[in-house]
Amino acid sequence: MAITANSSADGQELTIHVEGRFDFGAHQEFRDAYERIDSSPRRYVVDLKNTTYLDSSALGMLLLLRDHAGGDHAQVRLANCNGDVRKILAISNFEQLFQIA
Amino acid sequence: MSEPLTILIAEDSPADRLLLSTILTREGYRVLTAANGQEAVMLFEQERPDLVLMDAMMPVMDGFEAARQIKQAAGQQLVPLIFLTSLTGSEELARCLEAGGDDFLAKPYNRLILQAKINAMARLRRLQATVLEQRDLIARHNEHLLNEQRVAKAVFDKVAHSGSLNAANVRYLQSPFALFNGDLLLAAFKPSGGMHVLLGDFTGHGLPAAIGAMPLAEVFYAMTAKGHSMAEILREMNAKLKRILPVGVFCCATMLNLSFQRRLVEVWNGGLPDGYLLRLDGELQSLPSRHLPLGILSANAFKDECEVFPLELGERIVLLSDGVLETGNQCDEMFGEQRFTEVLRSNRERGQLFEEIHQALTRFNGSVQDDVTLLEVSMVDGASLQRPLLDAERGGQRGPTDWRAQYEYRAQTLRHFNPLPQLMQMLMAVDGLRLKGGALYTVLAELYSNALEHGVMGLDSAMKQGASGFAQYYQERNRRLQELDEGFVCFSIDVSPTEQGGRLRLEVSDSGEGFKVGQPVQGSTGRNSLSGRGMALVRQLADHCAWSDDGKRVCVEFYWSCNA
Repeated sequence: MAITANSSADGQELTIHVEGRFDFGAHQEFRDAYERIDSSPRRYVVDLKNTTYLDSSALGMLLLLRDHAGGDHAQVRLANCNGDVRKILAISNFEQLFQIA
Repeated sequence: MSEPLTILIAEDSPADRLLLSTILTREGYRVLTAANGQEAVMLFEQERPDLVLMDAMMPVMDGFEAARQIKQAAGQQLVPLIFLTSLTGSEELARCLEAGGDDFLAKPYNRLILQAKINAMARLRRLQATVLEQRDLIARHNEHLLNEQRVAKAVFDKVAHSGSLNAANVRYLQSPFALFNGDLLLAAFKPSGGMHVLLGDFTGHGLPAAIGAMPLAEVFYAMTAKGHSMAEILREMNAKLKRILPVGVFCCATMLNLSFQRRLVEVWNGGLPDGYLLRLDGELQSLPSRHLPLGILSANAFKDECEVFPLELGERIVLLSDGVLETGNQCDEMFGEQRFTEVLRSNRERGQLFEEIHQALTRFNGSVQDDVTLLEVSMVDGASLQRPLLDAERGGQRGPTDWRAQYEYRAQTLRHFNPLPQLMQMLMAVDGLRLKGGALYTVLAELYSNALEHGVMGLDSAMKQGASGFAQYYQERNRRLQELDEGFVCFSIDVSPTEQGGRLRLEVSDSGEGFKVGQPVQGSTGRNSLSGRGMALVRQLADHCAWSDDGKRVCVEFYWSCNA
């Protein structure tokens, strides 16, 4: 598991890439990815292209990010979800909280 | 450094001993001296010095043996031991270290090197002491934590296993690990004799999961006992979890509301894998998650819509935690839905279902599964179930015996408020009515839904023909209820004493158009039709039941005798 983050040129959008298993082990790294940055992005993208697995604590981490990004006003997009990941998000009905693509 | 280090010098030559001790004393160390190995060992045991300088060759006991004994006596504590030696052969020097020495110093002594070596060893000693201290601290913390977990688990076990899970129509399988993994099973009889069942799965495990389980169970049991509806209980559970749990901790859950009298089940699934409805003809119907888990949405965004299914005698519902589907095998595959439904489909002997699932998981994974929660609830004849006494039935003080009250609930209230708990609480204060709590609740509930659905909202129960009409009916009911802006349901309650005991007269009227008396009641009392069962029940349960001519008002009576 590896988590990397990069800001768009104007600092408005932060993209967090999650590679491998997205589970409790990623907790600190995932938080650091959006808390330890200089810019204050208005939009967040979590790129799940290389995410092989996602468990319920990962769902919890996504909620924490959403909270950090402004709760109900947050703009958080979950990008490049593969079939398995999409299924887990669907069971939890997370499309009501996040833009899923 | 506060305390000066204590250094033990073991050296048989008095001249060397004096020289060393003078150097070290001048440097500020506290010095102990021994003339041979045996003295050195004795002094070590008495004084526990911090560091030892040991001559290799000594009479009585040589330095090698003394080093071994001192190292053993020191135990886990690091007492650096430096050999003083005129030996130069590499084999002899290696022997010094093998005997437990940490370093050696060649004679004749060089003051600078001696001081440097003592400093280096003191550093090592401090490092070791810190490591030991931290290790002990961690061990203490860990023990403390394990103890707390044991206590929490004991409480959690009680919470997660209380209620009516042992009712004859409920079967469950929960592995011990899953229990403290945040999986939760709750079941309770409703005052009407129906049943609420919940399978929950908290994110995280151990203490955080256990902490969330308690308020959840408390709300579930307390509100069920008071006669609140499933939607109200879900709302309250969600609001409570949202309030107390940190963001990111939530509870995936499926809740069922079984009505044995109406042969119905209401299902709400937020975040759990599909549950399954097993029909008598072998058909499998999925009960998918339609909602976010409990504890995420704020109260005003929370949705309590349920799906309603008719359920014949002997039909069952199976619910499961994701641990079942996520059971893995050596090839990193998951057990998955398809394998699970195959097991459900091939089940012939109903009592064997869990055993078959268990076997399938074990075959798949190659070992016994330890993260599995399964629940099976069957539709049975409600009368066949042993129901625990309602709180109110357990007796108490003498209640009021002669009174009258009238409650009129108008549109705005009807939209979101369930008046039944309020009414029940009042009626259960009457001694003679306590033992009739179940029947009374059922009658109240039937009359209320009849007045609301057919009276105020004008729904036609003929819609309920067939399973799809059924779902449609409940959809339409919810839609009209949301939009309700006029109408009322009125309860008149009259309790009065009689010669034998007492009488309750309960009149329910509504703002609807009414109906031609005789028609709906007699027209649809067929025992197997999905509609009409309610009114047949009322006639059966109440001691007296009569409709006004215009069909806008119904009056039921209950009687009791004093020594009942």
